[in-house]
Amino acid sequence: MSVAARTEGLVRRFGETVALDGVDLEVAEGTVLGLLGPNGAGKTTLVRVLATLLRPDAGRAEVFGLDVVSQAPDVRELIGLTGQFAAVDELLTGRENLRLFGRLFHLPRRTAATRADELLDRFGLAEAGDRPVKTYSGGMRRRLDLASSLITRPRILFLDEPTTGLDPRSRMAIWGIVRELVREGMTLLLTTQYLEEADQLADRIAVIDHGRVIAEGTGDELKDSVGSSMVQLRLERAVDRERARAALLAIGCEEPEHADQSEELVMAARDGAGTVAATARALDEAGIAVSDLSLRRPTLDDVFLELTGAHVDVDGARPEHEAPMGEAA
Amino acid sequence: MSTTTKATAQGPQADRAPSAVTRLQRAVGDSLAVTGRNLRHFVRQPQLLIFSTVQPIMFVLLFAFVFGGAIEGSLPRGVTYVDFLLPGIFIQAAAFRSTQTAVGLAEDLDRGVIDRFRSMPIARSAVLVGRTAADLLRNVFVTLLMAAVGYLIGFRFQAGPLDAVGAVLVVLAFGFVLSWIFTFVGLTVRGAEAAQSAGFVAIFPLVFASSVFVPVGTMPAPLEWFAHMSPVTASVDAARALSIGGEVWDPLLQALAWFAALLLIVVPLSVWRYRRMS
Repeated sequence: MSVAARTEGLVRRFGETVALDGVDLEVAEGTVLGLLGPNGAGKTTLVRVLATLLRPDAGRAEVFGLDVVSQAPDVRELIGLTGQFAAVDELLTGRENLRLFGRLFHLPRRTAATRADELLDRFGLAEAGDRPVKTYSGGMRRRLDLASSLITRPRILFLDEPTTGLDPRSRMAIWGIVRELVREGMTLLLTTQYLEEADQLADRIAVIDHGRVIAEGTGDELKDSVGSSMVQLRLERAVDRERARAALLAIGCEEPEHADQSEELVMAARDGAGTVAATARALDEAGIAVSDLSLRRPTLDDVFLELTGAHVDVDGARPEHEAPMGEAA
Repeated sequence: MSTTTKATAQGPQADRAPSAVTRLQRAVGDSLAVTGRNLRHFVRQPQLLIFSTVQPIMFVLLFAFVFGGAIEGSLPRGVTYVDFLLPGIFIQAAAFRSTQTAVGLAEDLDRGVIDRFRSMPIARSAVLVGRTAADLLRNVFVTLLMAAVGYLIGFRFQAGPLDAVGAVLVVLAFGFVLSWIFTFVGLTVRGAEAAQSAGFVAIFPLVFASSVFVPVGTMPAPLEWFAHMSPVTASVDAARALSIGGEVWDPLLQALAWFAALLLIVVPLSVWRYRRMS
């Protein structure tokens, strides 16, 4: 499989701050690479370098074998960019935006108009097409942004935090579009601070922190790297905790990890589902009532914790797994 | 979509080296597209529309009627203040509006639109040319509007239609040169507010220490000397002579020399600045 984008030892500084500290990455054609990292990890800087907007201080970056510095004009023919910073025009209507970008991609006037209509249809913006973008919701704006970067059917698309700040419904809509693009064979580099998003959309995930790639692999590989699955159980009554612990140690379980809540026990499941079954039997025999018992694979959050010693940080707050899409821009 | 599939299927090698003619055509097309976009902005922002219609009209009326009586005495015999004022106020309005070039660019930079343009295969010059061209077209509109209002209160071009056209062209050239100066300002200072105030601080004294509102002979000697050297005075005097008669060539050549010199400095500076933004 050929390489769509590659960086080697990429370094970029802003004054004293080192935004990229020697990044080596590869995106294979037709795949999705998820670049996962907290705010300020260097994700956006990396995308800006690949999109020819920033020159690296050291190292190389290539898009389909073309150097992003010396062959920038050629690179620009091949890429699409959607993100926090590549904005659409607020005062123009959605249709006018797409036509403008079509013209700037040197499509004939009529072709640009047809393409604009097609994209508005496809992204559910046909009705809003003649309204100024400033009247759009966040989700509509992001869809238009995405449409703008697809005018020429680029060979690689850079999506910089495509769902940051969106409500869950809009996020699902963007995910749907991304999956469709992937099915059509689009190569994607997607940055995100949401584990779930990387897990859902990316073939491979690179974890980036302080301008360095600290781990790379498929979601499963990364999860396996932090160790085995866990049994997670919740007691009906917290007073049973000590008895439950004793019963489990008796059948050969490891010492439970420290839990935030006293009715909760979490321990390594060395036999996977077998450990769950044994746990259920042991507790049943001891007459301890359990309200929930499950086998939990490590999450990417566990990976992140293991790698960086910190949970993924969204403006200082730990994101909840249930609602990771809060207003965190 | 034959165009796009071609680009996708054959990659950039297919048009690795477009001919000079193609490149020029594209640069012109890109600049036109950006110009069109900027013109739409003027129309869709009520505050900008007011800035370029109500405000100039207000200036014409206020200066003509408030200062007219007082200043008319120091004008040459037979010259009315309205006739004296109009060419000056064309220049004044163009000068103040030129700061909007910086504001518009700074806003585009803040909002990320320019980043999208820069990630696209468009001519590097298109963003700057599109900006200054749109501002030039707006100046055409505003100057003609002010002339029309001037006609209602007694102003007349007295030196013939060709000279009248010449007067308007001097005003437009002056505004265009200033637009390029503020292009550089807009690319250099960060933020629209900063661009706005930087512009105002520079423009205000230049406009008042000139022959825009009064004959420079009435000023104290050092100020008169400064006003005499100023490109604003040269432009006003040229536009004024072309409007109501008087010595044309001296101020006109001086103004054109200023325009050429300033453009030679500030256009390359702006382009350099724009390229260096990465």
